Amino acid sequence: MTIPAPARARRGRAGLLTLALLVALVIAALLSTGTGQLSASPVEVLATLLKQVGIDLGVVPEGPNVEAALTTIRFPRVVMSIVIGAALAVAGLLMQAIFGNPLAEPGVVGVSSGAAVGACSAIVFNLTFFGEWTVPVLAFGAGLAVTLLVYGLSRAGGRTEVVTLLLTGIALNAFCGAALALLTFLGDTSAREQIVFWQLGSLNGSLWQQVLVVLPFVLVGLTGAAFLARRLDLLALGEKSARHLGVNVEVLRVTAIVLTALLVGAAVAFAGIIAFVGLVIPHLMRMILGPAHGPLLITSTLGGALLLTVGDLIARTAVPFADLPIGMLTSLVGGPFFFWLLRRSRKRAGGWG
Amino acid sequence: MSRRLEIPAAIAVGELAVRARGIGVQLDGKRILEGVDLDLHAGEVLALIGPNGAGKSTLLGVLSGDAALTTGTVEIAGVPLGDWHLQVLARQRAVLAQSNAVAFPFSVAEIVEMGRAPWRRTPLEDDDERAVAEAMELTEVTRFAERAYPSLSGGERARASLARVLAQRTGIVMLDEPTAALDLKHQEAVLRIARERAAAGDAVVVVLHDLNLAAAYADRVALLADGRLHSAGAPEQVLTAETIAEVYQHPVEIVRHPRTGRAIVVPLRD
Repeated sequence: MTIPAPARARRGRAGLLTLALLVALVIAALLSTGTGQLSASPVEVLATLLKQVGIDLGVVPEGPNVEAALTTIRFPRVVMSIVIGAALAVAGLLMQAIFGNPLAEPGVVGVSSGAAVGACSAIVFNLTFFGEWTVPVLAFGAGLAVTLLVYGLSRAGGRTEVVTLLLTGIALNAFCGAALALLTFLGDTSAREQIVFWQLGSLNGSLWQQVLVVLPFVLVGLTGAAFLARRLDLLALGEKSARHLGVNVEVLRVTAIVLTALLVGAAVAFAGIIAFVGLVIPHLMRMILGPAHGPLLITSTLGGALLLTVGDLIARTAVPFADLPIGMLTSLVGGPFFFWLLRRSRKRAGGWG
Repeated sequence: MSRRLEIPAAIAVGELAVRARGIGVQLDGKRILEGVDLDLHAGEVLALIGPNGAGKSTLLGVLSGDAALTTGTVEIAGVPLGDWHLQVLARQRAVLAQSNAVAFPFSVAEIVEMGRAPWRRTPLEDDDERAVAEAMELTEVTRFAERAYPSLSGGERARASLARVLAQRTGIVMLDEPTAALDLKHQEAVLRIARERAAAGDAVVVVLHDLNLAAAYADRVALLADGRLHSAGAPEQVLTAETIAEVYQHPVEIVRHPRTGRAIVVPLRD
């Protein structure tokens, strides 16, 4: 089958962008792993990494503790930032698709704070019924509840208006904020510290063990999203037209909501609230590639991973001997971006449509 | 072969494509439709007409499976609507809704390609390109194929959405007010396309406001009044001055076109 020229150009651009993001991600990951109080060159990082999987190049980082620091502290942290960045960006993309609205984002509409409430109650009340999985499972459960709530409350007549969506988000964020405050009040000193850490969002102290808990959640979320991509395109025509084209809209919607909650729950469970990744990345990718969800999904996965990897590098190194909360950084950048998007969508709709 | 990939058999010309019996719809306790019987045959254009609020769009929604029935049954090609697998049904009938907003800035070409989604992974997938190109030619949207759908004018959007429905290449086509946003030339073009589809053996049902379009292009018209089927039949039987004056509550004259002999409805004006 011959492909028409514009479609071919679109595909070419998607391939090129994927490649560029992949290269950038590898470079950023190597740089980030080698940068910090103990530093190593990208070659040394690569050699250490290969040694872990059994390929010994004979290159060893200089300094006594560097190799140990790389394998036990840096690697899991960088991998965590890649995994969580991908999860957040794809969660945002999924939400935007089912709401039919580019302003939907887990942080903005309160899903992230909902998941944080779930995670924090596990800590404050010492819940351990699922072992090390307790925190992510509760984060997922609470995130799912909030997603369903936003969906139920902000839709009317099969569509979501910007005003309703954002007001619902404000209400839910306020409610979850109060719940977090209550948990802070109830918890002991160490629980309080952890809750504050949750609200700011940080990848500090990521362990391999945590990465292994988060990874399956995120892999399921990403794979599931890939299966939905074509149907999400059709959903842009509206629920009725999508159904006329053979899409079971109810099933699609519920699946997408569960996947969103999985991705956000996994991300929040160990890194706290990192907002706006799900807003900025899919939007940038959409600007470059257009709205088709297949290519958007691949590039958003890589873009989200890249953004958080670079963001975490900045968080660790911007201020000497301090580890800035990355959630604060993404909000500093994402907040103004959100304003800009909001103003633009207002101008297009000729009011708060 | 899994049931999802089934291709429904073509309906022979003159056979029943859609059969609706005793259709009743209530919304919030309000009666929208009551006791409507309707047949649509392969090879004909059926126009649904009637005043505002008569229930035309609701009836089309019932036939397409959008509106929930309170009473009655709908069969598509002899099979109850509820028994159809959604994906197989999408290869049997296409629907153009009244409003066609698109959430993201897809290009017109992408929107029309979406009409081919039901045929994915079936042998007829090979027709995709031709079906899309043909539908875009017919509706004259090829010129702005690469423009973003939300940036189009109302009429251009309506034509792009129609192209999507035509590209679906189904034996049954349901159109809800396809001419509402269109200029004279494109109104005529849409109904000419409907006629051509019927001539090729498809069943076309179309909601229309313009009685003259209905008179000129439909094989049969179904006149709805206050949720009931007032009358159905050939245009010259249904579109009489008395009937229209009664249903629309406005006096009209029916004149015959000097050349074609088709009915022309002229509202009485002072």
